[in-house]
Amino acid sequence: MLSKSNARFFFLGGTIVTFAIFLGLSWRTLSVDVPRQTNAQDITPEVVRGKHLWESNNCMGCHTIFGEGAYYAPELTKVMERREEAYVKLLLTSKEPWAPRGRKMVAYGFSDQEAADLIAFLNWCGKADLNGFPAKPKYQHLNTNK
Amino acid sequence: MRYQSQKVAYWFFALSMLLLSLQIIYGFIMGFAHLGYDNLHDFIPFNTARAVHTNLLVVWLLSGFMGAAYYIIPEEAEQELVSVKLAYVQLISLAVVGVVAIVGYHFNYWEGRKFLEIPRPLDFLVVVNVLLFLGLILATLFKGKKRTTTSLVLSMGLLFAALLYLPGMIWFDNQTMDSFFRWWVVHLWVEGVWELIMGGILAFLLIKITGVDREVIEKWLYVIVGLTFISGILGTGHHYYYIGTPKYWLMIGGIFSALEPLAFLGMALFAIAMYRKGEKRHPNKVALNWTLGTAIVSFVGAGLLGVAHTIPQVNLYTHGTLVTAMHGHLAFWGAYAMINLAIISYTMPNLTGRKLYDTGNGTLAFWLSNIGMLGMTVAFGVAGVAQVYLERIVGMEFGVVQQEISVHFAILIVCATMFTVGICVYIYEFVKYGRPSDEAIYLTN
Ligand code: HEM
Ligand code: HEM
Ligand SMILES: [Fe+2]
Repeated sequence: MLSKSNARFFFLGGTIVTFAIFLGLSWRTLSVDVPRQTNAQDITPEVVRGKHLWESNNCMGCHTIFGEGAYYAPELTKVMERREEAYVKLLLTSKEPWAPRGRKMVAYGFSDQEAADLIAFLNWCGKADLNGFPAKPKYQHLNTNK
Repeated sequence: MRYQSQKVAYWFFALSMLLLSLQIIYGFIMGFAHLGYDNLHDFIPFNTARAVHTNLLVVWLLSGFMGAAYYIIPEEAEQELVSVKLAYVQLISLAVVGVVAIVGYHFNYWEGRKFLEIPRPLDFLVVVNVLLFLGLILATLFKGKKRTTTSLVLSMGLLFAALLYLPGMIWFDNQTMDSFFRWWVVHLWVEGVWELIMGGILAFLLIKITGVDREVIEKWLYVIVGLTFISGILGTGHHYYYIGTPKYWLMIGGIFSALEPLAFLGMALFAIAMYRKGEKRHPNKVALNWTLGTAIVSFVGAGLLGVAHTIPQVNLYTHGTLVTAMHGHLAFWGAYAMINLAIISYTMPNLTGRKLYDTGNGTLAFWLSNIGMLGMTVAFGVAGVAQVYLERIVGMEFGVVQQEISVHFAILIVCATMFTVGICVYIYEFVKYGRPSDEAIYLTN
């Protein structure tokens, strides 16, 4: 029968081994793979400012980016492929409340510069290699909404 | 209660109850917003409601864990807490940091990183607070006569939880790296070190309630937390499928996270087996309900509903949809809310000396809240699955789909009301116990 000291050995041994593997993989991921897959060289000062605006206004509190965030408003990873840049700029700079299909977005009234920074951030996000996310819908061709 | 200083636990539990009530209010705000009634938007926009809802959740759970530790550690170590005064300082500073953060969220003072919205300057205060807490717990443990496995596992869980908070405070320019370390906090907490905390509290409760030999219970505790870490650490990979991290995580995350339910299954079987084996029939039936309940519901919410979307091929479509919210609710409820309600139900008679065991209200609260939460889970699940098919597979526009599925939020609100009535009854019972009293020492066990 399993004794208590065997059980303790299972716990400590298992933890140490899996944690060591996890650290090794994380190192490899962060030092080699992520910079390549996310085009780290394209993270310009605009992109960084855009990310900062994204965070300081908690955009993730309604939207998702890379599939992470809230489920109240659309996924934005590929938004710059879906929409014209002028359209995005307009809704970011507008001081008028905006509520497509009843979902209310905060009217931030960003400056032109801020809007450009956010757009740079979203453009950078859209170009990252996410292993196929978001998947192309299978039956898009049956759909009349563009 | 054996030691005077255990009374501190009561105030942490009281703070928990207060924050839980507030959390529920913000849940309703979001439920109504999804239904199309976002009427408070000008004062409490959705992102504020959401940050408050989830942060209050985390703070009340942590406050409950801290209370549990202040109760359990003196009893297990056979040693009064080293300083009661500092424990109150820690309580008050926890409440203050929490309140400042929550108020800040109403004034656009936050960092939009899901679950880690607390701005970094406040993070440092959190760190100081937690260091104080750990100092008190560990000093008591090491000064004490005994160092039981239960108290070691519980303390280890709390210590690692504190350490894992730190990587989440590093600043990155790269969204992917930011996210990478955010999961060291979020995932490695709920699917790692918090399971140690849960396991430690569960073992303590089972020892007290069933009367089974400590050696047997603690042996299985090691097996369970072993399973937790072996599957859960590399299981972090299930958040590294689609965020700009490489493909090998699909394989590693898929395999190891699919093993994670074993730890929760272990907990459920363990609790049931010890209950059957135990000769002692503790009169506190309410605590027994919550103890067995948490072991079983956590297996359903975290284990089964987790595995339902953890395979990469499935997660590609469900990632970041209401399916995630379905799982998030039952997992947090079953594992961490219920273990807190279990330890509170067990300790209240001992802290106050009032033996209100086995009351009708206690049982009512248990069933209403559980059935309500199960109904909410189904409502989120139906909405989520419909969203996945219409938006991700058929390719309909987000907003069109949301309008189609909004009706499920009416059901959600009905079930949430039932849940809330259950919680109100629980809190009513909590208040009815009154304050902790020194006369309760040695009165109960
Ligand atoms: C008590 C334990 C657990 C709790 C409290 C919990 C809670 C949560 C929460 C709140 C999220 C959303 C996180 C975010 O997007 O920031 C999440 C995501 C996820 N959980 Fe869990 N979980 C638990 C256990 C598990 C287990 C055991 C599994 C797998 C077997 C699992 C699988 C997943 C997956 C795959 C996601 C990502 C969903 C997505 O891609 O959107 N969880 N969990
Ligand atoms: C009256 C009760 C409640 C209602 C109406 C409610 C409603 C909601 C809603 C609408 C969301 C936001 C989903 C979105 O982003 O669109 C949410 C998020 C969340 N709630 Fe609740 N909630 C309630 C109680 C609870 C309780 C008791 C818990 C924990 C035990 C909880 C844990 C969570 C978590 C972890 C999230 C984040 C989920 C994720 O990101 O996937 N909620 N809730
Ligand atoms: Fe996870």
